[in-house]
Amino acid sequence: MSSVKDWAAPNPITENRGGLIGKGVDRYEGRLKVTGSAPYAYEVEAPSRPAIGYMATASIAKGRITRIDTSAAEASPGVLLVWSHLNAPAQAPRGTRANPRSQRPSNPALASDRIENFGQTVAFVVADTFENARAAANLIEIEYAAEQGVVDFVASFDQADQPPGEEDVHIGDFPAAFAAAPVTVDETYESPVQNHVQMEPCATTAWWDGDKVTVHTSIQMVKGGQHALAETLAIPSDHVHLLTRYIGGGFGGKGQAYDDLILSALAARALGQPVKLAYTRQQMFHGTIHRPAVSMRVRLGAQPDGRLTAFAVEAITHCARNAIFTEHAANFSRNLYAAPNRLTGHRLVKMDLPGAGPMRAPGEAPGMLSLECAMDELAEKLGLDPIELRIRNEPDVDPETGKPFSVRQLVQCMRDGAARFGWERRNPKPGQVRDGRWLVGMGMAAAIRGNFLLPAKAGVRIDADGTITLRQGMTDIGTGTYTILAQITAETMGVPMEQVKVEMGDSNFPPAPGSGGQFGAATAGSAAYEAGMNLRKALTELAVGDPNSPLYGGPAEYVTFENGNIAIENRSETLAALVARAAPEGVYVEGSISPAADARDYSQHTYGAHFAEVGVDTVTGEVRMRKMFGVFAAGRILNAKTARSQITGGMIWGVGTALTESNVVDARYGSFINQDMAGYLVPAHADIVDLDAIFLDEADDKANPMGIKGVGELGICGAGAAVANAIYNATGVRLRDYPMTPEKVLEGMLAVGL
Amino acid sequence: MKTTITVNGTARTLDVDSRTTLLDALREHLGLIGSKKGCDHGQCGACTVLVNGARINSCLSLLAMHDGDQVTTIEGLGTAENLHPVQQAFLENDAFQCGYCTPGQICSAVGMLQEAADGWPSQVMEDVAAIVDLSEAEIRERMSGNICRCSAYPQIVAAIRSVAGGAA
Repeated sequence: MSSVKDWAAPNPITENRGGLIGKGVDRYEGRLKVTGSAPYAYEVEAPSRPAIGYMATASIAKGRITRIDTSAAEASPGVLLVWSHLNAPAQAPRGTRANPRSQRPSNPALASDRIENFGQTVAFVVADTFENARAAANLIEIEYAAEQGVVDFVASFDQADQPPGEEDVHIGDFPAAFAAAPVTVDETYESPVQNHVQMEPCATTAWWDGDKVTVHTSIQMVKGGQHALAETLAIPSDHVHLLTRYIGGGFGGKGQAYDDLILSALAARALGQPVKLAYTRQQMFHGTIHRPAVSMRVRLGAQPDGRLTAFAVEAITHCARNAIFTEHAANFSRNLYAAPNRLTGHRLVKMDLPGAGPMRAPGEAPGMLSLECAMDELAEKLGLDPIELRIRNEPDVDPETGKPFSVRQLVQCMRDGAARFGWERRNPKPGQVRDGRWLVGMGMAAAIRGNFLLPAKAGVRIDADGTITLRQGMTDIGTGTYTILAQITAETMGVPMEQVKVEMGDSNFPPAPGSGGQFGAATAGSAAYEAGMNLRKALTELAVGDPNSPLYGGPAEYVTFENGNIAIENRSETLAALVARAAPEGVYVEGSISPAADARDYSQHTYGAHFAEVGVDTVTGEVRMRKMFGVFAAGRILNAKTARSQITGGMIWGVGTALTESNVVDARYGSFINQDMAGYLVPAHADIVDLDAIFLDEADDKANPMGIKGVGELGICGAGAAVANAIYNATGVRLRDYPMTPEKVLEGMLAVGL
Repeated sequence: MKTTITVNGTARTLDVDSRTTLLDALREHLGLIGSKKGCDHGQCGACTVLVNGARINSCLSLLAMHDGDQVTTIEGLGTAENLHPVQQAFLENDAFQCGYCTPGQICSAVGMLQEAADGWPSQVMEDVAAIVDLSEAEIRERMSGNICRCSAYPQIVAAIRSVAGGAA
């Protein structure tokens, strides 16, 4: 196992002689995307014209199907197949892991008459056209015996339990310190159910060749999807060829296999022809996971100088009864501010709602909405600037574990951001700045998000024409993975970008864990780097061992790779010439990365600071963004352009979190009220004004050989709290219930006499 | 029923189910996968195409309503080797991430630029009779029917501005 000490040595990426690392090159697959020619899962060319599937879904939260009549659907024009739990093909029971190495267990569809959540798939139609399939699905008659489910989160706190296998973290004596603290904050913050609303609904196209199935599906984790399908169909995983080359957004919501994958594969087998199936937008809201609501109590006790002596963050959240998931909304707070007496923990309510699961920055995204407002409240009580309060509680070492930080530039982020944003313009007294009918205010918040490295492999080959092809079972969900892997490979091999090809999203390729947890770039990229280093070794041996090479007999340790050449000082040839002559069939090697044994001796995170300026309409309560700026520190940046897009995208998610995004449960049916994009409001063009971000120079040599870290989730962390704090500064109205919609703001303003 | 439309300059006659939307006709029957189905309810804009030069949500329109119409899809604007100026600007400004809303954003931008050139007013204009100045606020207002969940909005506005500025 490697050590972080090995990672600290100079290497082609950190030396960056070609200048490709950090460069804002255009997206590798960009021309395909701007011309609409990148085929997403529902659009791939199948061996013959696919039949089209359509799902029917449950209209109760809990109970069972007492009668289902599919006869009208079966008789409907163009219908090829109608399935319910009565006649669906046999599948492995849920949770089966016949192969212990499977990353995901079976996940059968239409498995029984039991209904476990509103929107569960209860029947499936395949027809010759979409129109016929949809019409037939609407003819299916279903009767239910409904049972009382637990669907009201706030009314169910008495059922909240410790998440399995977890305990609260107590350090020092929080209750005594809080009781003794001269200045305290004790508030509870609520964040609602949120939905991913990826632009591309989940979809699969499937076909069989003998006993092997090919599936093109929209999924973030290649191996997870392959294994889930293999386990469900009870076939060997190498009989499943899963491809996911272009993915129309994921954000955590496409980390698992859904019914589109299972049902299209089953139907393609039954019909002996390709079948494709997409969720409708409405079906996505119940048929896939959501971010659960979180209720967070924050208690802070401080000395008059602002030093925290007592610190508690406790979160109550929920998940589906049959799919345990904990939104770890308190975890981030364990690494953020110094305080000797601490309490953090979670409680979980099991409910009869669709499955809760990860959504962009699970834990931090809702969690930071609480503490970063509580710090604002504390700063005001203390008469301190919110940045100064945070600086006074900046820890020297991880406040919980005592481990050193790998690198931590949080204070620099706040100071830099304050200067660039113009924080000195902020009037600390709320409700003072008027602009016509608008009240204007500013707020800030810190950002923290953990950094991770998972095991991964990559393969790289060079062909006789000098083309270098990286292959990896990795995904690009819009994050820029194609592009950064091309940059890493080109820089490692010392060749121009044009000489590099990247092929991904294929279960036949060396596996990578996929996209999630902002571990993708570091994990997949480090494996690509290691594969490249192995190719350098192989080509070095080839050159110095080939009597026809100008490098013949030279010392391997002096070989360099630059400008498409392999060289020892002034003896050089092109990689293409070497391979064409000495290995005309090409050279293929693999490389792998795994976490260093001592990496977890360091507290590793990415950091940032958000600054927001809002206007609040004193007549309607509407909040409009005026300006937002962020400064972030996330290791070495691979691509200035795509990293900025990732970070600003996250910040805009924070704006949506603060102002519009929410789903609420209709307790009568256990359904989400908002089932489309007219009801669930994500930010639109007009909502986003003057928003930008920068990165500080950084390299984290404890993170991986390249010193890079993830940026996909950092941008949302804390962003919503900065907006909430700006609303307070504008109006003096402290809302603790997200999102801060006009009616809540208006009610608050009336209450304070505005 | 039979419908003839001219798609990207080529006349195409389709004999399909009368319930077929223009979007599904393009995607499922003409193999033009660039127009995307994000919501099928006119709420996201991913299906935006140009019909007789004007942008519409093709998911909200039945094919049968377009007999004789000229339809331009993303495939008709440019190719990977020869990008339309708006496509080029999207590429250079990183005005997309996952790419699924992108063809709709680009078609919408092309339609919007023409609307502005033709003097169509918008809600954010102080003087609706004035010549349209495609400020950032103006572009944001006119592009708000196209959702980008990756939230590339600042880059999309920058891309459109660069084209609008170049044309002015």
